[in-house]
Amino acid sequence: MIVAEQKPLQEIKALIGDAERVLVVGCGTCVTVCFAGGTREAAITSASLRMSTKLDGKEREITDVTVQRQCEWEYLDEVREQVEQADLILSLGCGIGVQAMTEHFPEKWVVPGLNTSFLGLPTEQGVWAERCAACGDCILGLTGGICPIARCSKSLLNGPCGGSEAGHCEIDPDVPCAWQLIYDRLASMDKLDALLEIQPPKNWSTSRDGGPRKIVREDLRLAEEK
Amino acid sequence: MTAEQSSNGLLSGSTLERVLRAGHFAVTGELGPPQSADGQVIREKAALLRGKCDAINITDNQTAIVRMSSIGAGAILVQEGLEPVIQMTCRDRNRLAIQSDLLGAYALGMRNLLCLTGDHQSFGNHPTAKNVFDIDSLQLIRMVTEMRDEGIFQCGEAFKGPEPRFFAGAAAAPFADPVDFRPYRLAKKVKAGANFIQTQLVYDIDAFAAYMEKVRRLGLHEQTFLLAGVGPIKSPGMARYMKNNVPGILVPDELIDQMTAAGAPWADIPKEQLTKEDKQARSAAWKEEGIRICIELIQQLREIEGVAGVHIMAIEWEEAVGPIAEGAGLLPRPTFEPAPAGGG
Repeated sequence: MIVAEQKPLQEIKALIGDAERVLVVGCGTCVTVCFAGGTREAAITSASLRMSTKLDGKEREITDVTVQRQCEWEYLDEVREQVEQADLILSLGCGIGVQAMTEHFPEKWVVPGLNTSFLGLPTEQGVWAERCAACGDCILGLTGGICPIARCSKSLLNGPCGGSEAGHCEIDPDVPCAWQLIYDRLASMDKLDALLEIQPPKNWSTSRDGGPRKIVREDLRLAEEK
Repeated sequence: MTAEQSSNGLLSGSTLERVLRAGHFAVTGELGPPQSADGQVIREKAALLRGKCDAINITDNQTAIVRMSSIGAGAILVQEGLEPVIQMTCRDRNRLAIQSDLLGAYALGMRNLLCLTGDHQSFGNHPTAKNVFDIDSLQLIRMVTEMRDEGIFQCGEAFKGPEPRFFAGAAAAPFADPVDFRPYRLAKKVKAGANFIQTQLVYDIDAFAAYMEKVRRLGLHEQTFLLAGVGPIKSPGMARYMKNNVPGILVPDELIDQMTAAGAPWADIPKEQLTKEDKQARSAAWKEEGIRICIELIQQLREIEGVAGVHIMAIEWEEAVGPIAEGAGLLPRPTFEPAPAGGG
């Protein structure tokens, strides 16, 4: 899932500026699961902003609503009425949600309430870790299901470098060395031979380096949209 | 030119290559460029290393701290009549920049290249920088040797003129985790084309001898020239720091004890009563012991089958290289007639 965390309230206040009617829009998908921008967080954020506005001796109307998925047009239509009544939208969606709101309601000023962090999973209650870099050319089949692009600090394809110690990456003892994990995993599966192959330079054009990405599935397109 | 070696039997014609191929025990030194545009620093450090080693590694933004470029400093060494080993990391340049820099380095007379991954930028003075790592050290070695042996760029296109012919080296970290994989990763570097290897600092001879046994079992010592990394220790504190904080360096307690013993005459003086003269004298005693230990390590390394030379790392203590090489019986260094022009 997409993992995000909330921006500090001071930064959110600065983004809102002098707007008088603010609509906080949460999202019921990834950011709900990572406790950053769901129904509960949208309600807390709008309550915090109301309190803070009062303490500042100002007056403004702050309401909140949560859609099931901020990244799909059809769900956004459900809140069109509330959006039209507001003069600023504070999106608690990921970066995709913020942009979907902007594209769907071009007459509204939309600002982000979250920092979109990474694609990952919860490893324990309250802890999320990165797992995928969306490079567009998956090599997990070579590395025993552990991604060195997302999880090695240098994204090495022929690791480990010399900075691995006792299973940790040199940049931080809290960061597991992805190549140690790969080595251990392949050893446990009796597949260490795979590591003797020299992996050639990666084709990064399928990653962000190739420019904004787009997938077109002709078999799924509707005739009238072509 | 697509044959592996040119008509003179040499890949690059560098002094380092000729020393190794002639069967001499090679000595390389190391020089850290300044954090400034002062070329005089390079000339002064180079003067300390002249005649003490066969070639001098020039670091490439070591520990991710911005310094004069390896190739820029290398050009000064070439002007001074000394031979550089250009270090090239994958952290700061993509495959285009690396290849164009190498064409320039070769045109400026540089012949040896050490291919490295590079320290992560989080250790340096620009921790918020984007890192590149477009290719890794294995892929860099292969790229450089294919440039030389196949006459092609990484994309497969042929050069429009002479190819750069580098004596290509790589690093090895014998004691880094996972330790069992290290000889095999070295094998990958050799398979990728590494002509010589310089190892991380060796202080634990027994552990290194065990590593070399595995290296020999894989036959790697017959396919590449392996130079063991050594470096004089300045103080017991430095020894302890390396033991506890630097991944992949093993420092035996015995060695720390030897360094501590060298400072014994000052050990009982309370810290606040140590005069400036005391500290200078203690530092001199430590350094003398550090050099002695380094000489002893070289003598032991020389006895290990498959060790073709030593790489003496004495960054910011370049004046130690002369006494170390002298003490280890490695001087004078062999000399050769100028190599025939490169380019095959």
